[in-house]
Amino acid sequence: MNKPLRRIAIFCGLLVLALLVRDNWIQFVQADELADHKHNRRVEIARYSQPRGNIIVDGKAITGSKETNGTDFKYKRTYTDGEMWAPVTGYASQVYGATQLENLHDGILTGDDDRLFFNRTLDMITGKSKKGGDVITTLNAKAQKAAFQGLGSKKGAVAALDPRTGKILALASTPSYDPSTIAGGSKKDEEEWKRLDEKNNKDVPMLNRALRQTYPPGSTFKVVTAAAALENGLYDSIDEKTNSPLPWKLPLTTGQPLPNEGNIPCKDASLKLALQVSCNTVFGKISDDLGNEKMIEQAEKFGFNETVDTPVRTAASVYPEDNRPQNAMAGIGQASNRATPLQMAMVTAAIANDGKMMKPYMVDKLRAPNLNVVEQTEPDEMSRPMSSETAHKLQDMMENVVEKGTGTSARISGVTVGGKTGTAQRGVANSEKPYAWFISYAKGEDGSPVAVAVVVEDSQASRGDISGGGLAAPIAKSVMKAVLDSEK
Amino acid sequence: MSSSTTSTTTISTAGPPSRRNTELAMLAFAVIIPVFAYANVGLALSDEMPSGMLSYGLGLGLLAGIGHIVVRKFAPYADPLLLPLATLLNGLGLVLIWRLDQSERLARAAASQGFAYQASAPNQLMYSAMGVAFFIGVLMLLKDHRILQRYTYISMAGALVLLVMPVFFPAKFGARIWVTVGSFSIQPAEFAKIVIAVFFAGYLMVKRDALALASRRFMGLYLPRGRDLGPILVVWAMSILILVFETDLGTSLLFFGMFVVMLYVATERTSWIVFGLLMSAVGAVGVATFEPHVQQRVDAWLDPFAVYETGQGTEQIAQALMAFGSGGVMGTGLGQGNSDLIGFAANSDFILATVGEELGLAGTMAILLLYGLIVERGVRTALAARDPFGKLLAIGLSAAFGIQVFVVAGGVMGLIPLTGMTMPFLAYGGSSVLANWALIAILIKISDTARRPAPAPAPSPDAEMTQVVRP
Repeated sequence: MNKPLRRIAIFCGLLVLALLVRDNWIQFVQADELADHKHNRRVEIARYSQPRGNIIVDGKAITGSKETNGTDFKYKRTYTDGEMWAPVTGYASQVYGATQLENLHDGILTGDDDRLFFNRTLDMITGKSKKGGDVITTLNAKAQKAAFQGLGSKKGAVAALDPRTGKILALASTPSYDPSTIAGGSKKDEEEWKRLDEKNNKDVPMLNRALRQTYPPGSTFKVVTAAAALENGLYDSIDEKTNSPLPWKLPLTTGQPLPNEGNIPCKDASLKLALQVSCNTVFGKISDDLGNEKMIEQAEKFGFNETVDTPVRTAASVYPEDNRPQNAMAGIGQASNRATPLQMAMVTAAIANDGKMMKPYMVDKLRAPNLNVVEQTEPDEMSRPMSSETAHKLQDMMENVVEKGTGTSARISGVTVGGKTGTAQRGVANSEKPYAWFISYAKGEDGSPVAVAVVVEDSQASRGDISGGGLAAPIAKSVMKAVLDSEK
Repeated sequence: MSSSTTSTTTISTAGPPSRRNTELAMLAFAVIIPVFAYANVGLALSDEMPSGMLSYGLGLGLLAGIGHIVVRKFAPYADPLLLPLATLLNGLGLVLIWRLDQSERLARAAASQGFAYQASAPNQLMYSAMGVAFFIGVLMLLKDHRILQRYTYISMAGALVLLVMPVFFPAKFGARIWVTVGSFSIQPAEFAKIVIAVFFAGYLMVKRDALALASRRFMGLYLPRGRDLGPILVVWAMSILILVFETDLGTSLLFFGMFVVMLYVATERTSWIVFGLLMSAVGAVGVATFEPHVQQRVDAWLDPFAVYETGQGTEQIAQALMAFGSGGVMGTGLGQGNSDLIGFAANSDFILATVGEELGLAGTMAILLLYGLIVERGVRTALAARDPFGKLLAIGLSAAFGIQVFVVAGGVMGLIPLTGMTMPFLAYGGSSVLANWALIAILIKISDTARRPAPAPAPSPDAEMTQVVRP
């Protein structure tokens, strides 16, 4: 009987071998994949097993960590002024994952980043517990507060940049949410999450409108059209008469001519005057004269049709290929072209910065727990959408708007301010409440320290009050003032 | 080692070494390693030496010591590795169960389901003591394993009773494998494993010639006669019935596998293996097509993570796999993993996942090799045994042990569908500990008989003058 016995011995050996091979497969070959599996709670458990690093604005942490008595998670994320800062921080939830800076710099915040390897090892040797690093942002707390309070209960967004560097100074979006309320794993957090969910909440509080919502830019887009006209040599001077008949019909259409806002002197108006009073006919015709291709080219130089990583990725603003009448309408920001508030702030910043557009960013430094700088973001030129002469001409035009035109409510005494209003129509035959826009910059002693774009989506105010000048400009003004004050 | 193997296969009058001192030395390791592991868990969980460490060490040492003394007295020539291996696994099992007792997460889960959470380690320690007592009882009462041969048909009846009993008791956790009396419940299948091995060994020893020789050759295979197919068909039918009525895939697979192995050893006919495989394939596919319980198991095996998308079934296998993966090569260290995320049955069927996460690939392979060694010592005992009954019984028990380890570990690691059996010695459960200690006792008894020197042949005055004339 020994021969079959030996064979059975081999069979049993093979069974054990199969187990060993399988064990190597799951604990070596597939180990990392299983360890980081999205349903593996250990990832979250590790993330909240020590206080998370903080997101810092103006030297103060806008986030925190609170010790809890939960089984799985030792710490919970907290936020100071969560609603105000939510468009910057995103959220870090024990249950629902993380977004925006909380997600993108998770490695630094938890201390797991490869660049913190040395720190970690040192801590391990000296017996200290693992610590997270900090994310230091470029934001300006006063400007952010001005933006958030300016928006108040209105639905809208503000993006403010330092035109010289591309630093994002303010990024507000309303209605907002407090990420603290969904940071934990309790029943209450779950209810709050459900309430905030896009499916249940038509206000979409978790949408970061400043970066990720595109709006028809309305008349604010006229500065892009003006830039295209000057850059392409359609007109050389901003004071010469343009070839602009009134009334003017959209090309290839019959029927009503393109209306202007009231009875304004738009016939053959100069660029400066046309922008001052916001002539639809003049800029519509410029866009048509230049053609779709040239308009796309100019828009793309300003950053349209592509996303930007700030590092939080923006939605791409669009200027599409279109037919002649649509392209003409796009020249006044009323067709299929759309822009995020950040995009319009970038356009403004490029003009204010004499034609040089800096890449917008909101993370200044990543800092290790021992305060060493792990990564420092350097200002980076993104493109040159226009020559400096063109930029100066546009500045002249925009400053004129604030001085004498539709943007007078953004005036700040003793400071040169340039701006442009916009009122983008919405709905069939303008049946819905329009979007009120305002873009502006302020000049300081050394270039322009702030460019801002404000959009107010919807408002409780009556229809007649909605115009960029009335609703959005005061917000832009207080943001600019906040930045100027903190510059001193 | 080589001297022991040569001396076990040939009968010599010199008297082989009994290897009892080797066993004692090995036992010392088998006690010390779990004590260190115990200290390790205590330090990891609460930064201090666990208070019960001394009593645990002494208790385990005492059990091992008594076991050793009894082996020395009643089975002096027994295999020296079996007792230390069983002690080591049992000791480590106690540590792992105690470690999972400390899990707040499991306590909360139990509380939320309305159970009073009980520490399992004290019970397991009691079961271990009972198991060693059982082991001692078998060694002392069973003078010779051949006595068991007398009880062939009683064993058959006993096995039937044990296997059928759970049908009359309510199902627990989706399987009818328990006999519950009051607050006390046992898993008769664990004991049936041994009893049925006795029956198979006795039956096959008598029938092996008929089964082996009366056959027709067809396409290179010896086909058994129709009437000789009877026993295998009966066992097959039994396995299927267990599967259908008790929804116990593991037990069914174990018995059928054990029977095919023993049949093959008894008859030396490969055809039985072919028949066995065919029949288990037919049985498995057949039952899987109409038995939802088995289907669920297979589905959960094919895509363990599907539960998160569909919300159907159990996440246990997915959790076990993630525990293994998170352990990686070196593991998190005892007491520092999160294998309690598996939740239900973390300290019984799924205890290997805790080994995987906290001791890593290295520790898991070591544990698997310990099991492999037990099987190997069992097979060696079968090879060394001088009587066919002993050979069959030893191989039957070792193969059953090996198949059980494969089925459980393979199920937990996602190699095969999960069947719901316990890791011998490691997992929490009284029936399992008792039955496996008895199994080890029988193997020790057979190995003692096998290695015991034969009585010196009567002196023959003309032995030296005998001439062998070769043609």
